[in-house]
Amino acid sequence: MSTATSTRRWNPQITTPLLFLLPGVLFFLLYVIIPIGQSFNISFYKWDGLGEAEWVGLRNYERLMQDRAFEVSLWNNMKWLVLYLLAIPAGLFIALFLNQTVTGIRLYKSLFFFPFVISQVVVGLVFSWFYLPREGLLNAVITTFGMEPINVLGDPVLATYGVIAAGLWPQTAYCMILYLTGLNAVDPEQIEAGRLDGAKGWRMLWHIILPQLRPATFIAFVVTIIGALRSFDLISIMTNGGPFGSTRVLSFYMFEKALSEYGFRMGYGSAIAVVLFLIMLVFIAYFLWSMWREERAGRH
Amino acid sequence: MFPTPIQKQSMAAQVSYQALLPLALIMWLLPLIAVALFSIRPLADFTNGNYWGMPSSFEFFENYGKVFFESDMPRYLWNSVLITVPTVIGAVALSCMTGFALGIYRFRGNLLIFFMFIAGNFVPFQILMVPVRDLTVSIGLYDTKLGLVLFHVAFQTGFCTLFMRNFIRALPHELIEAARVEGVAEWRIFWFVVLPLMRPAIAALSVLIFTFIWNDYFWAVVLTQGPGAQPVTAGITSFNSQFVAQYHLMSAGSIVAALPPVAMFFLMQRHFIAGLTLGAVK
Repeated sequence: MSTATSTRRWNPQITTPLLFLLPGVLFFLLYVIIPIGQSFNISFYKWDGLGEAEWVGLRNYERLMQDRAFEVSLWNNMKWLVLYLLAIPAGLFIALFLNQTVTGIRLYKSLFFFPFVISQVVVGLVFSWFYLPREGLLNAVITTFGMEPINVLGDPVLATYGVIAAGLWPQTAYCMILYLTGLNAVDPEQIEAGRLDGAKGWRMLWHIILPQLRPATFIAFVVTIIGALRSFDLISIMTNGGPFGSTRVLSFYMFEKALSEYGFRMGYGSAIAVVLFLIMLVFIAYFLWSMWREERAGRH
Repeated sequence: MFPTPIQKQSMAAQVSYQALLPLALIMWLLPLIAVALFSIRPLADFTNGNYWGMPSSFEFFENYGKVFFESDMPRYLWNSVLITVPTVIGAVALSCMTGFALGIYRFRGNLLIFFMFIAGNFVPFQILMVPVRDLTVSIGLYDTKLGLVLFHVAFQTGFCTLFMRNFIRALPHELIEAARVEGVAEWRIFWFVVLPLMRPAIAALSVLIFTFIWNDYFWAVVLTQGPGAQPVTAGITSFNSQFVAQYHLMSAGSIVAALPPVAMFFLMQRHFIAGLTLGAVK
């Protein structure tokens, strides 16, 4: 660059970005990056958050291996991950349904998207009332069809699925809006060309539309996986981990161990957090790798 | 357009589509409609087991009046405002700067810093929980709005930087080159050339961050305790224990708590959606 020969003592091409980055980077380091390292460190200690921390090495992790509640949480996380991905095809389906130009369709689109804007706390409350054995609408509906009423959140087998269903509601709305925006940008000429070649319905969707929706699908994957692993609010509101701890996931179990009425076991909690972080890291690495490839492709 | 426009299909298809639309919408919003219906019922309906029949009276003003005048709800709402608005301003301001630095300049480590922001933005909250809580306690900001704001600003800077940097990347670089040739100082390029062009991005991020922060629950629980600093998402649990099993009031309360981001969304829809798609899907 020509500025390299600048006679000034400070090269503005270097000092400007440095100064502009400084506050943001410092803040981010202080509150995000450094705490990650600190959590790793704390996970090797036994610590109640107040007194002296006692070095225990890997003992927290050894104990995790035998912890039945940890196993349940991990297993539930897997359920969340797999079932949450249903939001992607469901969102695509609704987007295809709404991708028309009839009067009032804009309002319909907004109203379908609406669940995503509401806080998960309220979604959790809304669904826990929806599931109520006596007062809930769900049972009001299924009993009119002559079925036995069910207590979704009171049943250790059903409860997790009930919570995941609540989570799928806003997540599907998010995926829907991603696909609606994506469908807007689909190249009409390619569709026409496909029609001339006799492609219709499913074949058209699979061979012509979906490849063009790839950016939308990628973001839908990212936000859905992150959302699944972050699930905390809904569980805390709807079941508080119960019944009998059957709806715990790692994020909730960690909070329960480290910061609730069951005691302040910061070290053990941090060990759980580290496990969750490492699971997330697999996906983060994949996302970053995909983005990095795109950066390279964009530059050359 | 895909699927085939309904106008090009048979009359029967058009009619059934038009009929299906409202039906599907009602099904989709059913849990929410149920809560809205609950919120206007009198207490008597619940004690009589009249959950889904006609309300025996219409108690909209009574129920919502109680939420606003006989509970801590207004305080929680106000706390939410005092937490959300400064966070939006702080995060957007910081990320305008980081986005500018990362989007305009080429230097070693640029991509590395950028990826640090992205990666940090994706980490589970729990890995930050204990150290961030400690930090907040040690600087005396536990159970204060400022403590929450500082953390939110820092964390949201990650997402905002991702967004801003990509947005600035897509701006015509000739503009900046031209300004440099004119001898305009770098910071003036930021202020007078780039910033005005970033308005749509700032609008999109502001609405989005507003919603994210308003809806935050986890950090509210970790960093605050009582009605002095708690935002509405955390406050609603104490609200619900005040009116335990009074579904008409709890319903009204949660609708009030959910309303501000909903209003934001309907007012700023276009910006909101541009933000959500991360600008990647045009």
